[in-house]
Amino acid sequence: MLTPDFGLLFWMLVSFLIVLGLLAKFGFPVITRMVTDRRDHIRQSLEAAEEAARKLENVKEESLAILDEARHQQASIIKKAMADGELLLLHAQQKAVEETEKQVALARQRIELQKEKALGEINAQVAMLSVDIAEKILHRQLDDKSKEEAFILQMLNETDSIS
Amino acid sequence: MYTGKRILIFFGAMALALLHPLCAAADVYDEEERFPVNEILSEHTSDSYWWHITTINHHHISIYLPVIVYSETDGWQAFSSKHLAHGETYKGFRIAGEGKYKGKIVGNNAAGEAYRPWDISITKNALALMINSAIMLALFIGVARWYRRRPKNAVPGKFVCAIEMFVMDIYDEVIRKNIGDGHQRYAPYLLTAFFFILINNVMGIIPLFPGGANTTGNIAVTGILALCTMVAVNLFGNRAYWKEIFWPDVPVWLKVPIPIIPVIELFGVFTKPFALMIRLLANIFAGHTVILSLTFMIFVTAKMGVAMTTGMTVFSVILSIIMNALELLVAYIQAYVFTMLSAVFIGLSRPAHHPKKIKTQT
Repeated sequence: MLTPDFGLLFWMLVSFLIVLGLLAKFGFPVITRMVTDRRDHIRQSLEAAEEAARKLENVKEESLAILDEARHQQASIIKKAMADGELLLLHAQQKAVEETEKQVALARQRIELQKEKALGEINAQVAMLSVDIAEKILHRQLDDKSKEEAFILQMLNETDSIS
Repeated sequence: MYTGKRILIFFGAMALALLHPLCAAADVYDEEERFPVNEILSEHTSDSYWWHITTINHHHISIYLPVIVYSETDGWQAFSSKHLAHGETYKGFRIAGEGKYKGKIVGNNAAGEAYRPWDISITKNALALMINSAIMLALFIGVARWYRRRPKNAVPGKFVCAIEMFVMDIYDEVIRKNIGDGHQRYAPYLLTAFFFILINNVMGIIPLFPGGANTTGNIAVTGILALCTMVAVNLFGNRAYWKEIFWPDVPVWLKVPIPIIPVIELFGVFTKPFALMIRLLANIFAGHTVILSLTFMIFVTAKMGVAMTTGMTVFSVILSIIMNALELLVAYIQAYVFTMLSAVFIGLSRPAHHPKKIKTQT
């Protein structure tokens, strides 16, 4: 039983080497390579899927951030607009008040001017009237010669005292 | 559902397993009405020039196989083994009934003495090896073709998946883990060895025609396999491996002047494949012997009355089922062990890649 038979050794060697040769070329490497390739493919696909999911997550976060920022901006814009509006109103009011005051001051100035002018005219009128009246009076008194001289003197004195 | 069916098929096959020895042994009681256990056992476990299928009413049904011998006088001869059946002599050749060459073809030389010619007859085991090789080629080249014809991400069916599972289990768990870097070079050999042994083991358990031959229980078969492993280990072993053998890392007085450790290491180069050869042979041979012996119980007790025979038949069938299941397990385990140890030895022959494994001696 323990002595190997030459014929069987021969056929075993032949069969085994043929099987080994054929399977080493066309059998096992194809199978193992395919399975390994498929493993790699699956791993890569999983990684890609994970990456995609992560990216999606990022996009979501980004969009949320953008939305948030937009809301913030909106709020701030509205706030600013409101503040601006108030300021504008305030300015307008102030300006209106100032304008009014200016107008009033101008009017007052004009009134003053008119008043002075009117007073001047009245003074001139009064002087004219006074001269007229004085002429008329003088006309009557100068008929008397003595009196005329006295009056001129008096007048001169008066003028001196005035100046 | 599937498991149930499979178990049914399995036990059906096992029941069939019992039919074969039944048929074979029905006409085999000798003149003294005794059952010649040893003869039948050796007939079933050893090689033969024909493939005896069964005997019905003293009529042998066998497949006669080609005999190819080198005659000292006439050169190469090829003829059917039918001419040698029943102790006949043909072209100066006969099958020795006694002596050193019992059961082998012998011729008579000039001196009239029996001599053993160069004999490369296609015996039962040789034919079984060829059939099993053909099955193996069909299986794996078929599966490889399936992959080759489809895109990389194609989903294989059940059959291809099953083959792939077996292949990748050995590839990942045995070959890659034990060899590490550079395992690609050895993977085809180790995978071929594994499936060659597995298919031969399983075919050996199947009792009907293409199966039933005790191929992996034959020393020539296991010897060639072990030789291949030895070649794979020593041919591609690197410098560190040879240094481990001839100048191992031990105190100098163990190496000079008497090279105790180198001698032991060198001895190990041969004992490792020898152990592989004997382990596989012994396991498969023992399995065949046990199953046959259990079946023989029926025939041994057949003359002892109906009750005894019925009892022993039931007992024998139950035990045979268990033993066949066990042998199926052993068929896988032995193929696995052979491959794993081969991978370990190959891994050890490349110690630079496995600094931790240098000290491990298996």
